[in-house]
Amino acid sequence: MKSQAAYFNGLFSAGSKSSNPKATSPFFAMVRKEVADQVHSWRFIILAGLILLTFLGSMYVSITNISKAVSNINDPDRLYLYLKLLTTTDGSLPPFHIFIGFLGPLLGISLGFDTINSEQSSGTLIRLMAQPVYRDSVINAKFVASLIVISTLFLSLNLLMIGGGLVITGVSMEPSELVRILCFVILSVIYVSFWLNLSILLSVKFRQPATSALTAIAIWLFFTVFYQIIVNVIIKAFLPSPDVLSQDQLVAYNRIILTFLRFVPSQLYTDATTTLLMPSVRSLGPLTMEQMAGAIPSPLSVRESLLVVWPQVSGLIAATVVCFALSYYLFMRREIRT
Amino acid sequence: MEQPIIEINGLTKYYGSLKAVDNLHLSINKGEIFGLLGPNGAGKSTTILMLLGLTEPSAGQAHICGLNAARNPIPVKRKVGYMPDNVGFYNELTALENLTYIGRLNGIPEAEVKDRARNMLVEVGLEAAIHKKAGAFSRGMKQRLGLADVLLKQPEVIILDEPTLGIDPTGVRDFLELIRQLSEAQGLTILLSSHHLHQVQQVCNRVGIFVGGRLLAEGNIETLAANLFNAAPYAVQVTLKAAISEANGLEKDILRMPAVSKVTVDGTVVEISGEEDITPDIVRFFVQRGFDVTGVQQKSYGLDEIYQRYFENNLKENASNEKSSGLFQRSFFSRFKKQ
Repeated sequence: MKSQAAYFNGLFSAGSKSSNPKATSPFFAMVRKEVADQVHSWRFIILAGLILLTFLGSMYVSITNISKAVSNINDPDRLYLYLKLLTTTDGSLPPFHIFIGFLGPLLGISLGFDTINSEQSSGTLIRLMAQPVYRDSVINAKFVASLIVISTLFLSLNLLMIGGGLVITGVSMEPSELVRILCFVILSVIYVSFWLNLSILLSVKFRQPATSALTAIAIWLFFTVFYQIIVNVIIKAFLPSPDVLSQDQLVAYNRIILTFLRFVPSQLYTDATTTLLMPSVRSLGPLTMEQMAGAIPSPLSVRESLLVVWPQVSGLIAATVVCFALSYYLFMRREIRT
Repeated sequence: MEQPIIEINGLTKYYGSLKAVDNLHLSINKGEIFGLLGPNGAGKSTTILMLLGLTEPSAGQAHICGLNAARNPIPVKRKVGYMPDNVGFYNELTALENLTYIGRLNGIPEAEVKDRARNMLVEVGLEAAIHKKAGAFSRGMKQRLGLADVLLKQPEVIILDEPTLGIDPTGVRDFLELIRQLSEAQGLTILLSSHHLHQVQQVCNRVGIFVGGRLLAEGNIETLAANLFNAAPYAVQVTLKAAISEANGLEKDILRMPAVSKVTVDGTVVEISGEEDITPDIVRFFVQRGFDVTGVQQKSYGLDEIYQRYFENNLKENASNEKSSGLFQRSFFSRFKKQ
């Protein structure tokens, strides 16, 4: 009897022992702390507020114009009410996805520009590295944390839009609409995370947070403003006048110009979101008459829209991955002493 | 034989062409307080970073608790607590939050982590500031918080890089006392680096003098002094009322005394050094000769002298490659200038 009691005793204490030291893994502890930091930081609150404002503004404009848009018989997309909510505008405010094309980079930059260098200059990085954590978990955790924050923000905004639309109009939602909107959310997250990774890269590269922030903003300004101007100047200087060109040549040159314009991430994003949110868009380049012949102006299926934007999406993902890989490499190789 | 807890074998580190640490051999036993003493830029911090596996050595190995620091940094970091110089905390978090974060990173179970952090803060004397933001901490408080942070993971070895930098004298005394108590109470091995010899002298069992990446000497303070002044570890300075007329004869007479190895006469001051402490004999000698002795001063060699001796040749060289000269802070333009 005694031995049995002892057996139980050992069993229970062993059981309690194995369940007791339930420690969170260091990586998730870091992610948790970084998410808390981001959410509490003023810059995130300000930018999230800005995005919320533009969201509410563009939603208001689209809701006031929704009845017009839905009753427009010439529009093959008119029955996609929720996509219309995201894209309709009367010209007073740009639609939400254009806003994100503009504000998304700012959000990404503000979340990432001081990721590594502020930790280094405040002397916390070396203390962090002296803990039993792998070096890459630092940068991975920071990236994952920002990603969680961005995804939550966009997902909740879009769900808010869907819910609001449901309450206001009472129209039920097509499954394909939901898929398109979710794809739009994912695309926006990828787009913002490209800028996030770019600014993380700069924060690894530069020691001063101000330098990396300004560099990131300079890159963003270059792509939003100057790149188009430069491309136009070069086109004017090099390409022959359109008057002397044949139709085929014109199309070929147009392709080249478009290719160059697509080096800009925001162009890729705009192309991709436009296609996703407007099901009737069937091509992002010029179409010839032969291609258009016999085509009925009708919305594409989700799969076909995705196929149209797939090059853009993969371009964005590639750029994001390249930035992250570079910052990962630089961070793993760098001296962490101050 | 006792297994050393820290063992460094031929550790070498280059930064470009600069040799930061040069073929370092060192072993530290369990329970020792070892002081790494050297001027700025001597390679102390680099050595410490290599011990923790935070920087890869160019050659050689460092073993802590039998683990190779460059190959197994994670288990090493689990056993070693490290407090960097200019220790920094997340300013927007409170002391307790800072500590619980580090506790979580060390895999302390969620149920215990808060209590342990709180106890640790009480232990280092920060009870009043538990919920204060780390950004509002004074330098001395930060050092204490740093110590709490190091002790939280219950390490076997503690490495403190310039722990007393920038604290006021009372703060330093309290801090060193805290370190000593901890070492005694828990049998911790402590490696601390400093360029403040007096502080090192106060707490360390053994000292290594580190200049220009090389360990010039190691041992306790007496051995160091003996090595350095091996010919004459003791010196007496006798001041007389009047200048000596026939200095040469007197010098010879003194040299004839047992254990005296060197005599210098400079006006009214006679300096005698030898292997043993024979101050009474010397005084008796002068009195018998009828000199009016106005002062006798025994010179003992502390770290000050040791420091001076070792560094006087090296200080000039080192002035040019000090930390602040920005080994790693080459700017965009200077890179091109150099080419």
